[in-house]
Amino acid sequence: MDALEAKYAAAKRYSETAMGLVFLLCGVLAVAFVLLISAYLILSGLPAIREVGLLDFLFGPVWAPTHKTEPQFGILPFILTSVYGTAGAVAVGVPVGFLTAMFLSKLAPRRLAAVVRTAVDLLSGIPSVVYGLVGMTVLVPAVRRVFRLPSGATLLAAILVLSVMILPSIISVSETALNAVPREYEEASLALGATETETWFRVSAPAASSGIAAAVVLGIGRAIGEAMAIMMVAGNVANMPGLFKSVRFLTTAIASEMSYAGVGSLQRSALYSIALVLFLFIMLINVILNLWFKNKREG
Amino acid sequence: MKKNILALALPAVMCAVALSACGAQPSGSPAPDGKPTQAQLTGTVVTNGSTSMEKVMGALIEGFRELEGGITVTYEPTGSGSGIEAASNGSADIGLASRSLKDAEKTDLTEVVVAKDGIAIVVNTANAVEDLTVEQVAAIARGELTNWSELGGADEAIAFIGREAGSGTRGAFEELTGTEDACRYSQELTSTGAVITAVSTTPGAIGYASLSSVEDTVKAVKIGGVACSEATVLDGSYAIQRPFVFAIPAGKELSTAAQAFYDFAADPANAGLYTLAGVVPANG
Repeated sequence: MDALEAKYAAAKRYSETAMGLVFLLCGVLAVAFVLLISAYLILSGLPAIREVGLLDFLFGPVWAPTHKTEPQFGILPFILTSVYGTAGAVAVGVPVGFLTAMFLSKLAPRRLAAVVRTAVDLLSGIPSVVYGLVGMTVLVPAVRRVFRLPSGATLLAAILVLSVMILPSIISVSETALNAVPREYEEASLALGATETETWFRVSAPAASSGIAAAVVLGIGRAIGEAMAIMMVAGNVANMPGLFKSVRFLTTAIASEMSYAGVGSLQRSALYSIALVLFLFIMLINVILNLWFKNKREG
Repeated sequence: MKKNILALALPAVMCAVALSACGAQPSGSPAPDGKPTQAQLTGTVVTNGSTSMEKVMGALIEGFRELEGGITVTYEPTGSGSGIEAASNGSADIGLASRSLKDAEKTDLTEVVVAKDGIAIVVNTANAVEDLTVEQVAAIARGELTNWSELGGADEAIAFIGREAGSGTRGAFEELTGTEDACRYSQELTSTGAVITAVSTTPGAIGYASLSSVEDTVKAVKIGGVACSEATVLDGSYAIQRPFVFAIPAGKELSTAAQAFYDFAADPANAGLYTLAGVVPANG
């Protein structure tokens, strides 16, 4: 009996250890991928930066990789376009998203809120190529007509598409933050004679501010990494950004030229360097996001 | 689009070959229809030259491999100049050029035009302009002409829509209109399909596409009074076109393998391979 029990216990211990190893392996796998991708990007991104020169690469205003006599590899137009495009998307998307969250959290009747929430969830599930397609066939011609431009594929069109794309994450994160505000705060404010609108904006919103800020950073992360949708609406010319100009983002610069850049050419390695710059941007945003959450938990 | 067509062409070619292979006997046994069985050739054919011919060579090599599995055809996309040089110094069996040979080059090389690549200039169907000259197209591309009213059309700003840097169609257009590295694009799109869609939805748009991809949703304008069609490209009257040339050493016999590949490429029965690659076969 004892022997049997001991055998049973040993078997249990082995299976525990084995499963533990499987879990460990899966955990390590994710870390390994991150390290692998980082190492790969750095290794393949650095040569072009070294050849072009860091300052010329980051702050060069002209991107002409296939120029016959003097190719130029300046990615300042892409960096500025990504920054402006993301800022524009946040400027349009955050107010709308925040007010939607406020509506869902405080004002909407339960049934209506359920409908809106489902719609927001659906919006987040739409593939980016569909956003691009609708943008290309509906939004771009509309922008052209409204602003009387020769071509509607502009930074403005990209900003509008991006701001719709970042709405779901902004809405759901801000709503969670607003819901977490203790009811007592609002009741106290109402009892002091403040109107409901005053209470929401002066009491609930400040109390939820760190969550809302996290929503904004999340939106920035999504907007700066998007490629497919904006490739279809932004026109992809390496201009310095302007609201009514055709522009190219960091992401679309990589995507649009990768298929033709000769293997081993400086053009191709410069595209890896752009990826490295984009990667660092997104890392930076992630670090900010993490610090924010950490502060929130500790504070 | 280059890639897209290749992606379409290769499976299509492979299917065709696979189908024809269904009826074929294993090599070595006598064919029942009385045709003499071909001895399996072996060897290597080195081709070298024009990067624009990558799609054409891909289709040809793929088709040829199914027929003569013993022969390896290599293709190095180095550029027309290098291809001609390689053919004349003997480092390649066949040189590939996407331009006619110059007179100096013709002393030791024979020029065989295997296909012609026509670039159609497309505008929106609502555009009243029917006819442009190459100079006018170049001026539009450089951004010197900015309104259709300057060309006899409606008062509509011109939006010049093209392909991304590195695209073969873009390379051909800029080379043939003399606008290399001088184009002022209002959109740079990553496929011919996207260019056609953008032109069809933008009233003031003008763009370019290889002849084979032009659809009814856009209007191909005449160049110097000549409509863009396979016939006008073939007879040379349509201006924005270039030949795809095999440069073959003159006065020297090709190797058996190279001759077999050359015959395959020149055989009108294989003209479909060129069409699939988006160009007009010279021997239809």
